[in-house]
Amino acid sequence: MIIIITSQTKDLDSQPNPQFGRTPYFIKYDLESDEWEALENPAQKEPGGAGIAAAQFVIDNNAKAVVSGRFGPNAHDVLRTAGVELLTFDANCTSIKQVIKSYKEGSLTKG
Amino acid sequence: MKIAIASGKGGTGKTMIATSLAASLAPNYKVHLVDCDVEAPNTHLFLKPEVFLSSSAVVNIPQIDPDICNLCGVCVEVCQFHALAMIAEQILVFSQLCHGCGGCTLACPMKAISEFPQEVGKLNQGKAEACIKNDFGVMTISEAMPTPIIYQLKALESEPSDVTLLDAPPGASCAVVATIYDVDYVLLVTESTPFGLHDLEKALGIVSKTGSPAGIIINRDGIGDGQVEAYLAQTPYPILMKIPYHVKIAEGLGSGKLLVDIFPSLRVDFLNLFKQISEAIPTCKGEPC
Repeated sequence: MIIIITSQTKDLDSQPNPQFGRTPYFIKYDLESDEWEALENPAQKEPGGAGIAAAQFVIDNNAKAVVSGRFGPNAHDVLRTAGVELLTFDANCTSIKQVIKSYKEGSLTKG
Repeated sequence: MKIAIASGKGGTGKTMIATSLAASLAPNYKVHLVDCDVEAPNTHLFLKPEVFLSSSAVVNIPQIDPDICNLCGVCVEVCQFHALAMIAEQILVFSQLCHGCGGCTLACPMKAISEFPQEVGKLNQGKAEACIKNDFGVMTISEAMPTPIIYQLKALESEPSDVTLLDAPPGASCAVVATIYDVDYVLLVTESTPFGLHDLEKALGIVSKTGSPAGIIINRDGIGDGQVEAYLAQTPYPILMKIPYHVKIAEGLGSGKLLVDIFPSLRVDFLNLFKQISEAIPTCKGEPC
């Protein structure tokens, strides 16, 4: 199962990014194989509709769950309609590794 | 002849100047004043026109027929504004991001898209005193884009006039560009303060790109730090008029009076201003054209 996390930089020690639509990177993590890759966010520099473009990108990458600090209303609508689970991290998650750990423990907040 | 009155910084006195220029010219010329600040129009508060026609400003929003759509995704790719997204079994349309360009409709290989007009504002046409035609657009609350309304307002059919004045929105945004890009002259109203200067520079940035001749009016002259004058001295843009800071002006405007009714001698200054503008427009040779 693929989970996508908004990230400040390209590796697992990176701080997770609080925004969704204009995050610099996404970390795409396969929970079954533990394989992962860093993807540059194509929506970051868009003048408008960044949330929608980012959501489309995440859906096209087969995410079943997405974790960020917050989701804007358009991104929220697109992801919910696609059946992708939206989760948010809190101040305790200072790295992508910790976000993944929290996801596995079921301690991330829904919505 | 089309003259835009813009600023950069908000609240510098664009509408004060636009309405008084209109009133000063009206005895001798056919004047058309178009209020392009569709988010907060106010020329009509001073000119009090009788609105004789109110029509809808619309954006054509796509609607996708799910029975014909084969989810190829071409429409999503074509849309420059991310107003379309493809999810599983459907295409979502975000109408607030839609610019009504019609690109998706043209591009759809299945011809699955039809367009429906969505009202985004009102276009009001009015007649004020001295036969000034006063048109103003009003954007519907919660809409995000003023530009379609501005283009439609400017395109309204009207009897030919000698002079069209366009009261621009504040700022240096798409709405301002939509208002001023095709005019013969841009009047920039500013005040000699750091904010006034900062935003004037941004507005002049647009003007230098559109290439229209421009001149400056300094309002509330007497307050501020003189930096606007120092800056303009390094540019080709002349200071055409200075309106002094005066409590009487603020009081009069506050009760809906025109500047040229508060200080009637200024009518002559506005006629002079118009003469200078006409001389600066290459094709006009000093006459309204």
